[in-house]
Amino acid sequence: MAHAYTPGLKVLQRTTVDKERRLPLKGEVLVEAGKTVAPDDIVARTHLPGNVQMVNIANLLNIDAQDIAEVMLVKIGSKIKEGELLAETKGLFGFFKSSAASPVDGVLESISDVTGQVVLREAPIPVEIDAYMNGKVASVLEEEGVVVTANAVFIQGIFGIGGENRGELRVLVDNRDDELTPEMITVDVKGAVIVGGSFISLEAYKKAINVGAAAVVAGGFNYHDLEDVLGYTLGVAITGSEDLGTSLILTEGYGRIPMGNRSFELLQQHNGKFTSVNGATQIRAGVIRPEIVIPLTADDSMGSESDKDTASGISAGSLVRVIRAPYFGDIGTVVSLPSELQQMESETMVRVAEVEIGGETLVIPRANLEMVETT
Amino acid sequence: MALQSILATDCGSTTTKAILIELVNGEYRLRFRGEAPTTVEAPFEDVTRGVLNAVMEVEELSNRTLLDGDQIITPQQGDKGVDIYVSTSSAGGGLQMMVAGVVKSMSGESAERAALGAGSIVMDVLASNDGRKPHEKITRIRQLRPDMILLSGGIDGGTIKHVVELAEILKAANPQPRLGSDYKLPVIYAGNNKASDEIKKTLGKQMDLTLVENIRPVLERENLNPSRDEIHDLFMDHVMQQAPGYKKLMTWTDAPIMPTPGAVGSLIEMIAAKEDITVVGVDIGGATTDIFSVFQGQFNRTVSANLGMSYSICNVLAEATLENVLRWVPFEIDEKELTNRIGNKMIRPTTVPQSMEELKIEQAIAREALRLSFIQHKSFAVNLKGVQKERTISDAFEQSESGLSLVDMMDLDLLVGSGGVLSHAPRREQSTRMLIDAFQPEGITQLAVDSIFMMPQLGVLANIDQKELAESARKAALEVFNKDCLIRLGTCIAPVGNAKPGALMLTAELTMADGSNQQVELHQGQLLSIPADYEAIKAALRPAKGLDIGAGKSEEITTKIYGGVVGLVFDGRGRPFNLPVEKDKRIEDLTAWSNAMNEYPLESAA
Repeated sequence: MAHAYTPGLKVLQRTTVDKERRLPLKGEVLVEAGKTVAPDDIVARTHLPGNVQMVNIANLLNIDAQDIAEVMLVKIGSKIKEGELLAETKGLFGFFKSSAASPVDGVLESISDVTGQVVLREAPIPVEIDAYMNGKVASVLEEEGVVVTANAVFIQGIFGIGGENRGELRVLVDNRDDELTPEMITVDVKGAVIVGGSFISLEAYKKAINVGAAAVVAGGFNYHDLEDVLGYTLGVAITGSEDLGTSLILTEGYGRIPMGNRSFELLQQHNGKFTSVNGATQIRAGVIRPEIVIPLTADDSMGSESDKDTASGISAGSLVRVIRAPYFGDIGTVVSLPSELQQMESETMVRVAEVEIGGETLVIPRANLEMVETT
Repeated sequence: MALQSILATDCGSTTTKAILIELVNGEYRLRFRGEAPTTVEAPFEDVTRGVLNAVMEVEELSNRTLLDGDQIITPQQGDKGVDIYVSTSSAGGGLQMMVAGVVKSMSGESAERAALGAGSIVMDVLASNDGRKPHEKITRIRQLRPDMILLSGGIDGGTIKHVVELAEILKAANPQPRLGSDYKLPVIYAGNNKASDEIKKTLGKQMDLTLVENIRPVLERENLNPSRDEIHDLFMDHVMQQAPGYKKLMTWTDAPIMPTPGAVGSLIEMIAAKEDITVVGVDIGGATTDIFSVFQGQFNRTVSANLGMSYSICNVLAEATLENVLRWVPFEIDEKELTNRIGNKMIRPTTVPQSMEELKIEQAIAREALRLSFIQHKSFAVNLKGVQKERTISDAFEQSESGLSLVDMMDLDLLVGSGGVLSHAPRREQSTRMLIDAFQPEGITQLAVDSIFMMPQLGVLANIDQKELAESARKAALEVFNKDCLIRLGTCIAPVGNAKPGALMLTAELTMADGSNQQVELHQGQLLSIPADYEAIKAALRPAKGLDIGAGKSEEITTKIYGGVVGLVFDGRGRPFNLPVEKDKRIEDLTAWSNAMNEYPLESAA
């Protein structure tokens, strides 16, 4: 039977989510394997090397770089306070001395007799990593972090901005094609992950930031408005480090596009649950898509394990979504996958799928289809 | 060994393309091709999946078994499998580098050229005189977390203080590599050889330091090759290894995997050498656009890392501006709608234009991506092959202008386009228009495209080193290149200068291959297309007063020109050529040019 491989985003009602929580440098792991953790629990910590200040002693004292050792008052490795003298010339008969003081508190790290510079390092900067979601520590990565695991609902978005956030899930619209309007966003969604249907405007997103929502999940947003939010034009889809307060996750793309039925139903079903999200996106090698993780509790009814293997690709009968104009956002069923190339309106010759959408059979490039997982 | 069959793939950042070459009646011909989306994305996250999918398509079309499960059958056994399998790849995303030099406009610029030439994205150029304080530089290095650093500065035997100062800054910043916390950051030192010991002392323990020859051994000489080679080696060893499935792919191929731009470049060089001509070649991909040129026998290559048609399509919009993209769109469209469509292409990079409107928008963006990439190429064109480039002392102080002298559009003989949007354009007239609009060739210029985007595969085939395979593989590459790859579009004839609207710009008397004669009158603002095959045509070209067609202002030329699948294109839009600012006039002109060239179906050209 003809089949084709199409990329698809995960929308899973129950799966095992493993999150690696890794320090940027080696450090100390604070939890043991098997421990139950909450999102804000600190699981590992380390210290990044402190900021560095360079002082050119030779220039300041008007001496040759090679003579620097003769004027230094502080040794390598010594602690030094702001304003304390680093170096001093002997002067003439004890008079007309020149000196250089430390601009910061720190440690003298190096002295160079080539450049006449000294390097001062400020106090180390502590870095802590939290657990991100409710779950258990599945394993410890020695000196580096842990893997936190949870049974959870797992939904991938197509694009996001802002990093990790968490809060109570609040679905604010009734239908997946409803816009999330500014009026719906009130002060009582502070700290919550709020969900809209097809679209959120710039005005509404700004309001969500103002009231302190943890994150917004919606079908679409205008690309044009990203510039207003980010302060620059987004040229390549690599995000996650923006300091916005309120992460934004789009499940469908740019423009007004109803949220996928299954995503919306799952979010509605778990309305009120504690949810962790990450807006980080990287559409390049080693792709990262934004995610919504809703850890399940013992009270949640056991659904079927649904981390379905999509590697089998689409075939006749598969449910697919069109991901490019002119049928962008429509969902249909694959009728057949002809092997011959076919000509599109654009006169492009492509491999196609015949897809039934709303009772009509349409010919659509396979590359413009995305698999919709059905379990 | 005479190869009977060859399978070659190119794993691009968007699409993986497979071609099957067979020896038929003593000559190598392209028999089938297949393609599939590149599978670096979930749920596959394995580049070999896309390779297998593309090969499966070849299997389906050729009715020939090439795979045994998830393995390519080599060598050929009866009618199954192929003798060799080779591949190129650009699916690694990109190499992100930071370069440093003592003087920004000298060693800094040389280092930047070396890094760009090697195919990297240059995140920042640090220099002793860049106006930033040491702690600002340190913060910047830490923020950027480059994959690799190229440090240069100072002429050999000169003062070492400044370059050691830069090393001290790097040491203090101690940036962590972006990928993997366990390995040390690769740093290439290509500066004053007298400072080598101090550099080793400063950085040796903390970084993965490699010393290569000075990038500027003396002020007026640039020596980029050793740095570029080292960047390339480290790129293959570190960054390409991060592309999911790449390690597995390396075990499948019968020759080392070549980076796509390297393979295309070697083929462009081959064309120039074989025909003794000047060439500009372009390969426009999903994430990057590569431009290659051969002028005065010197081969140059630049990579515009963030100008591409999918992953970085929004960056084309950002750099070109919406206004510049819109000027090529021959219909009215809501700006918000247009930017959303472009944004959606970025986040769903493997989709293809189904409607005519979508196609026209993509081709409008392509013109801007090509135009911007060519501007970058012109300003960075240097002798990337590493033959030492002589500069006079006075040139050395004005480096940003250097390289320009190499790219001379009037001197250009052949412009070759490659990459999805050019090779796969439904009509060759569209590729012709995109090339002319973006590059604005001057005088007489032949145009060609890679028929189905197989220059990368042929490039890697032509570069096989193994003795027993080399001869046969090179023969296959050349034969397929001549017969199946290069499509001659025709010749563009564009007078340089400008005239009043409607004024006569050029008259031409053409003696076609069959002996018939044709007279052409080209007026300002006109684009004329004359069908003619790829055969020698005798042409007497007389530019109007003050205009130049190659022999100087108002000078007539009698020469041989060649047609092609599109034919002869007379471009009377002037050089430099600017589009009308007024919207209705612009759409009217764009439509008239499209119709004159039979670029789009007439009914949708309005």
